[in-house]
Amino acid sequence: MKKAGGKTALKRSKEGDEEQNQIFNFNRKPADEDKDDDLSDSEDSVYSGLEDSGSDSEEEEGSDEEEGSDDDDDKMKEKKEGEVSEEKKKDEYEHDSSDEEDIRNTVGNIPMEWYKDFPHIGYNLDGKKIYKPIRNKDELDDFLDKMENPEYWRTVHDKQTGSDIVLSDDQVELVNRLQRGQFGDVNFNEYEPMVEFFSSDVMIHPVTNRPADKRSFIPSLTEKEKVSKLVHAIKMGWIKPRRVEDDGRGRYYNLWASEDSSILARHKMHLPAPKIPLPGHHESYNPPPEYLFTDEERALWEQQDPADRKLPFVPRKYSSLRQVPAFSQFIHERFERCLDLYLCPRQRKMRVNVNPEDLIPQLPKPKDLQPFPTTRSLVYRGHSGLVRSISVSPSGQWLASGSDDGSVRFWEVCSSRCMKTVQVGGAVKSVAWNPNPSVCLLAVALDSVVLILSPSLADKQVILSSERLLSAQQEGEEPAEGNGSVVWSEAEGEELNQGLRLKIQHPKAVHQVVWHAKGDYLASVMPDNTSHLQVYIHQLSRRRSQNPFSRNKGLVQCVSFHPIRPYFFVATQRSIRIYNLVKQEMTKKLQTNSKWISSMAVHPGGDHVICGSYDCKLSWFDLDLSTKPYKMLRHHKKAVRGVAYHRLYPLFASASDDGSVIVCHGTVYNDLLQNPLIVPVKVLRGHVMTHDLGVLDVTFHPTQPWVFSSGADATICLFT
Amino acid sequence: MGGLQKKKFERGSATNYITRNRARKKLQLSLPDFRRLCILKGIYPHEPKHKKKVNKGSTAPRTFYLLKDIRFLLHEPIVGKFREYKIFVRKLKKAYGKTEWSAVERVRENKPTYKLDHIIKERYPTFIDALRDIDDALCMCFLFSTFARTGKCHVQTIQLCRRLTVEWMNYVIASRSLRKVFLSIKGIYYQAEVMGQLITWVVPYQFSHDHPVDVDYRVMATFTELYTTLLGFVSFRLYSSLNLVYPPKLDSNGESEPKEESEDDYAMNSESYLEKLSALSASLARVVSSADEEEAQLDQFPSEGEDMEKMEAREKELKQQEAQKKLFEGLKFYLNREVPRESLAFVIRCFGGQVSWDKSVCIGSTYDVTDETITHQIIDRPSVGKQYINRYYIQPQWLYDCVNAKILLPVEDYFLGVTLPPHLSPFVEEKEGDYVPPEKLKMMALQRGEKPGNEQEEDEEEEEEEGEQEEEEEQEEDDNGDEEDDEEEVAEEKNLKKMEEQRSQGKSLHVKVTPGKLKVENKARLEQEEKAEEKRLAIMMMKKKEKYLYDKIMFGKKRKVREANKLAAKRKTHDDAEKAKKKKARK
Repeated sequence: MKKAGGKTALKRSKEGDEEQNQIFNFNRKPADEDKDDDLSDSEDSVYSGLEDSGSDSEEEEGSDEEEGSDDDDDKMKEKKEGEVSEEKKKDEYEHDSSDEEDIRNTVGNIPMEWYKDFPHIGYNLDGKKIYKPIRNKDELDDFLDKMENPEYWRTVHDKQTGSDIVLSDDQVELVNRLQRGQFGDVNFNEYEPMVEFFSSDVMIHPVTNRPADKRSFIPSLTEKEKVSKLVHAIKMGWIKPRRVEDDGRGRYYNLWASEDSSILARHKMHLPAPKIPLPGHHESYNPPPEYLFTDEERALWEQQDPADRKLPFVPRKYSSLRQVPAFSQFIHERFERCLDLYLCPRQRKMRVNVNPEDLIPQLPKPKDLQPFPTTRSLVYRGHSGLVRSISVSPSGQWLASGSDDGSVRFWEVCSSRCMKTVQVGGAVKSVAWNPNPSVCLLAVALDSVVLILSPSLADKQVILSSERLLSAQQEGEEPAEGNGSVVWSEAEGEELNQGLRLKIQHPKAVHQVVWHAKGDYLASVMPDNTSHLQVYIHQLSRRRSQNPFSRNKGLVQCVSFHPIRPYFFVATQRSIRIYNLVKQEMTKKLQTNSKWISSMAVHPGGDHVICGSYDCKLSWFDLDLSTKPYKMLRHHKKAVRGVAYHRLYPLFASASDDGSVIVCHGTVYNDLLQNPLIVPVKVLRGHVMTHDLGVLDVTFHPTQPWVFSSGADATICLFT
Repeated sequence: MGGLQKKKFERGSATNYITRNRARKKLQLSLPDFRRLCILKGIYPHEPKHKKKVNKGSTAPRTFYLLKDIRFLLHEPIVGKFREYKIFVRKLKKAYGKTEWSAVERVRENKPTYKLDHIIKERYPTFIDALRDIDDALCMCFLFSTFARTGKCHVQTIQLCRRLTVEWMNYVIASRSLRKVFLSIKGIYYQAEVMGQLITWVVPYQFSHDHPVDVDYRVMATFTELYTTLLGFVSFRLYSSLNLVYPPKLDSNGESEPKEESEDDYAMNSESYLEKLSALSASLARVVSSADEEEAQLDQFPSEGEDMEKMEAREKELKQQEAQKKLFEGLKFYLNREVPRESLAFVIRCFGGQVSWDKSVCIGSTYDVTDETITHQIIDRPSVGKQYINRYYIQPQWLYDCVNAKILLPVEDYFLGVTLPPHLSPFVEEKEGDYVPPEKLKMMALQRGEKPGNEQEEDEEEEEEEGEQEEEEEQEEDDNGDEEDDEEEVAEEKNLKKMEEQRSQGKSLHVKVTPGKLKVENKARLEQEEKAEEKRLAIMMMKKKEKYLYDKIMFGKKRKVREANKLAAKRKTHDDAEKAKKKKARK
């Protein structure tokens, strides 16, 4: 109420208020109250409008105070106000509800139907019943009233009291005005000019006439506190004076005016970042047509991982400069460069700038190292299976070959004629011609048997001597019994006619046979990982066999006799052991550094060994030098199957699954200080690859610089 | 034995390196601050030789810095500034949190700043060092100057970058040191030779950028901070070396400009002045106003033999360079509104040409379209309404190609609406065996002063010849290859086989003697073969390491040849297709 009053107070003048009071006479009391409020407020508004923005209580106090200092004109009102204020005090607690305006009936805001059946319609302030008019007006009365009473239109029925009220002219006017949305007060000017108190103009007089407060004369304590705090902060250096605006950026001077040449160690160490590579034709907006991507290249580019791409962008062609769009990766590229600059470790990389020709070693020309085999001159055909092993007679006239088709063939070397075929009934694993030139015998290994053949391809005397050698021990005692597992037996009947003389039955499958240089001893290999029975040494003249090793040292691949001294070479999977047969002890163990040895050959001098392995390597050992290979040769692309030394010439050959035979020149000097000279001189090709196998065995002619090779394609080739 | 047991990782390489995190802790910096410091000071990580040793036995991937570098950073005054800044941010946050606006204002006013002058001096002890490293600075400034002035980075930075780039371009114009220009799909590459250093930079095309989200702009901004400082000092030095006023002022000979600004005031502070400068149409004011500076003549020294030849070559080169500098002298260009004004104006002015444009495009235009003395109008649209007879209407590529060719190329290929010849990169220098596009060959012929055949047919013939030559070359190359040899061997083997078969057949059937055929032996060929075989055998005997190296080199060589062949083949098929099209069109 008060607030509302305050608001209206600003707008209303006093007369208006009085009139209003007159108008609503039935609303007398509250209207009076209103008026009082209004009065005081209006006074307030006129004289202490400035203070208005403060709190309400202050306002009232202020107005009270001001009252005394007002002009004479206001004295009348003052008195009146005194009375009114008394009245106000009386009225104040008469009823609590502020929203109730009509208080002659105290029933409150209820539907009046509830009193339909009662004689009264409520209670007045004193608690007395308010009775309904004695006779209710019915429709007819109403109609008559309407017809007769000229005041009917301005009569209002008050439901609360049940009486009719006739509105006065002023009241009607007021209703009309309110209906039109105008102010109730006729004299109120809505468009009064505003008095600007708060303007930029400094007025001569103060807005209020109030004397200055005391507090405006004495220094403020709170302010003092604040200031002292600031002073303290400044003293302590917490607050700094405003920085002088220095535009350091963008002011440049000659930084290198005194260029001192004192270069720090840092600068010596400093690696400048490499510059960005300059763009090529690819990057042009209009490149030559060959630099544009084809569809396939484009597809490939899109498939590739961004890191793998050769070009980080797709070359494009635009017909004019106008059509070139922005490059979307530009900022990205710059950013990448930034990252490179501060995140990449830098390192000085020495670029090898060598002429590749200089890397090739200077070797003696093969021409100067002649003779060596150069061309394939003869092919020996006849076998139907792969030829596993070949051997040349010590005279160099005959060649024996054993094949998987179960036959051993004898060829004349010069004419490539097959002189003799012996069916042995099993895949021949190895053949070896007796190196003794005074006898003519051939050892053949197949399955678990070693056969001794006398091919009778020599002088009669030689044949006779070999026969004698075989039959010599027949007269003697039977030593075979001494070693139960090996059985010596004579060939009979048909086999005898074919030249078969002796059968040495082994307990297991034999893979290799080797003769001793003298021709009396014969070694056979039965690779088996589980027992120590892997190698047998047979003595032909006494028909005796013995197992030299009592312990298993690994899977034996091949064995060989030393050409001169009583040494015995045994190659297991990864190493070669050399045994002294006289002292019966191991003298040396050679480490080959290869995974699986396939073949081995001993130099006729006896001081060098070559060994081929299935991992494509050929290692040359100098026995006097070390147990490690003197040289590893990786000439072949596939597994090395066979190696061989020439008896007279400084040549050795290796055969491999890639179908080639490589002949190398390997000079061994008598001078112990000089290392052997190894020069590859010729790559010989002549065999056709079958079943992924190429050349299986290789051997040299005993006197000529010729090399024989047997292949998986069932042929034997002679290279001269 | 006595003596203390040696502990692991207390000596040797383990003590020379420090991981990033430990370095950060030692410097008491946050990671972003450490990053900034590394960028500003040019510290980069190092890859230790034995990572496991340095990493104290662990193989976790870590970044290592040299301990020396980090110690060097310890004394950097800027580290203190970083800490101050951190405190400043904390204070500001606190004030904000308490909504003490006066405190916020006060803190703001005391924002710590730092200078990078000493770092520049330290990183680049001599001017040439700085010049050598300016490529990246230029690229970055040119990029930042094209950024919109909202978001991403401070407006002041962008303005500063713009100012510095304009200064740089003006210097290049004044010194006429531009050498090469290349229009790529990424942007325009420029190469200038300043004090003997080749400086290359790339300017993006004038479009608004769509900023990628995965780019850390803080890193870029830090680099830019460093680069702007560097570029500013370099520009100052360069300007003073040419006796130009720095900050640059326009030459006020023609127009008397009211000098309101005091000497101290930086000319660039007014936006319009920067605009005028960036128009690149007027020359700059000099400290000592001088007419044409006399070029230092190369003195003649008495010399003999090779020196003489070298001298002559150098002199020739110098002469050529001089000629290039005056390439567009006496020509008057007019730029249509659709061509990239700044780039073209820059290039034209670098080579002594006069240039103007429409007044509405940019300030600084000096003459109008209607000027009768204009010799070339640069235009990049299919047709134009009104044409003047006494000028060439050419496409912008002509200018760039001329610059790269160092001569004025014939204008016919670049006329209005004509299909342009390919634009080649001037940075590619073909070595022997590389693929050279035919356009480049043509250009080289022009440079030598040969007149190209005007008639189309001749051209075609030439092309055909070229094609044949290429084929021949290819054949030769193949001959050189190993495969050919193998083939020959195979052939020989076949022959042998045949003979053998005949023999064996003879055995099985009946002996027959057929007259032998004379086998003609090509001596040279045989010798070659022998040599090839010798080489192959020698290669077999190479050591493993050398073999690997050799194989690698040979592989690289072969790949190069293969790529060149591929390009040539592609070109040939393209030309053939073109020819076929032409023929069809004729019919």
